[in-house]
Amino acid sequence: MFLKEYISDVVNGVSSLLKGMRKTGYYFVHPKEIITEQYPDNRATLLLSERFKGEVVMPHDAQNEHACTGCTACELACPNGTIKVVTKFEVSPEGKKKKAIDTLVYRLELCTMCNLCIVACPSDAIKMAPNFEHSVFDRTKLTKVLNHPGSKIREGIE
Amino acid sequence: MFSLEGITTNVQDWLLMKFNPTMALAMECVIVILLAISLFALLGLVLVLMERKVAAHIQIRLGPNRVGPGGMFQTVADTLKLIMKEGLVPDMADKFLFNLAPFVVMMVGMLLLAPIAFAKNFQIWDINIGVLYISSVSSLSVIGILMAGWASNNKYSLLGAMRSGAQIVSYELSAGFAVLTIVVLTGSLQISEIVKAQENGWWIFKGHIPAIIAFVLYIIAVTAETNRAPFDLAEAESELTAGFHTEYSGMRFALFFLAEYINIFIVCAIGATLFFGGWMPLHIGNWAAFNHIMDYIPSSVWFMGKTFFLIFLIMWFRWTFPRLRVDQLLNLEWKYLLPISLFNLLLVAVIAILGWHF
Repeated sequence: MFLKEYISDVVNGVSSLLKGMRKTGYYFVHPKEIITEQYPDNRATLLLSERFKGEVVMPHDAQNEHACTGCTACELACPNGTIKVVTKFEVSPEGKKKKAIDTLVYRLELCTMCNLCIVACPSDAIKMAPNFEHSVFDRTKLTKVLNHPGSKIREGIE
Repeated sequence: MFSLEGITTNVQDWLLMKFNPTMALAMECVIVILLAISLFALLGLVLVLMERKVAAHIQIRLGPNRVGPGGMFQTVADTLKLIMKEGLVPDMADKFLFNLAPFVVMMVGMLLLAPIAFAKNFQIWDINIGVLYISSVSSLSVIGILMAGWASNNKYSLLGAMRSGAQIVSYELSAGFAVLTIVVLTGSLQISEIVKAQENGWWIFKGHIPAIIAFVLYIIAVTAETNRAPFDLAEAESELTAGFHTEYSGMRFALFFLAEYINIFIVCAIGATLFFGGWMPLHIGNWAAFNHIMDYIPSSVWFMGKTFFLIFLIMWFRWTFPRLRVDQLLNLEWKYLLPISLFNLLLVAVIAILGWHF
């Protein structure tokens, strides 16, 4: 009985080790499995995942219009004060006052890419972009204004 | 085709022609020393690069590929860096032992080179107790490691050295038994005799299953003896920073690093000699034509091919298996490897007596 257990121990041990070696041996003889990105060389053809979170951006369409209503939900959701929404009141031709953003200040150096602002945004005005080359020589350059100059809110977004 | 075989006799004849016998012997010694040192330097460069490339491909990476074509000169650059680094000696260390330890480890490697047959008629010292010499000298390296661990005056170093001592003392037994199985089959301790006995087939094929078991035991035991993963408890980066060579830097560290790879080469060369016939080409029984074709490949190529295959096997182990705990390590040796190798030796003795091998 003891001997049977002993032999099955040895056989199990050896077979599980061989299983591991088969896997690594497969990788060794299949160079196509290599996942290394030779980054500075393949910069032009670099493909990043859709879900890569590198930076918060505000998409603008061809008419230089964005979807931000200036509700400050992102600012409230941000855990470390990365986003600052400066609002103003636009007066429409009919004389109605409407809240809109003056600037949406985003401080990249404080951002942890937690995605909470994107989740909080009711009008999907901001999203995460797959940019990662953020190095600059002056850290004031990391404080960005997300809305483009002269942009305004798209029609029909409340 | 170029081969190492027979070069030694030509050189000796030429030296004897020009000088008197004593001078010729002295010249031969110098030549052997130079060859051994250059072989060590070359092996260090090649094996470190090979290890990094094998590791990279097993881990789905590319490995070094910036210095030279395909990263060929990476280890040259690393060596230059190590040469230029400061060799720091800790304040409270035992200076004499601290400086001596890397050289002891290297010296063991050099001594082990003596009885290895690199090609047909290409052997430094063909003593009649070659295998015994190898198994006794190879255990000396633990002295260097213990010296390094003790002299560093560092608890990590001492722990690593102690582990290494326990490991080498226990695994030597099963390595010895694995070697003994081949000695039993051959009936000789001389390396050239062992190689000659494999003229009509290597022992791993001729010795049936016991030879294969002995080979597996040998590979496991020498992996442990050279302190490589999965038995790298003596270094154990995650627990002991670098084990016995924590305090070493610069060229002294490079010597330890080199000694590790030299030891791998030597144990693989011995494994290739014992189980795969050393420089003997692949011969199958009495297939005269096949054997004749195989003879055209130079014996040095056969030897290096087999040795590098075994080195690759050991590297494959390193990058596949997780490290053992100390108690698991000793369990494996005393509860599994040793009883199996004892039983295996008995089996081989029966086979050898009854003449069941080919």
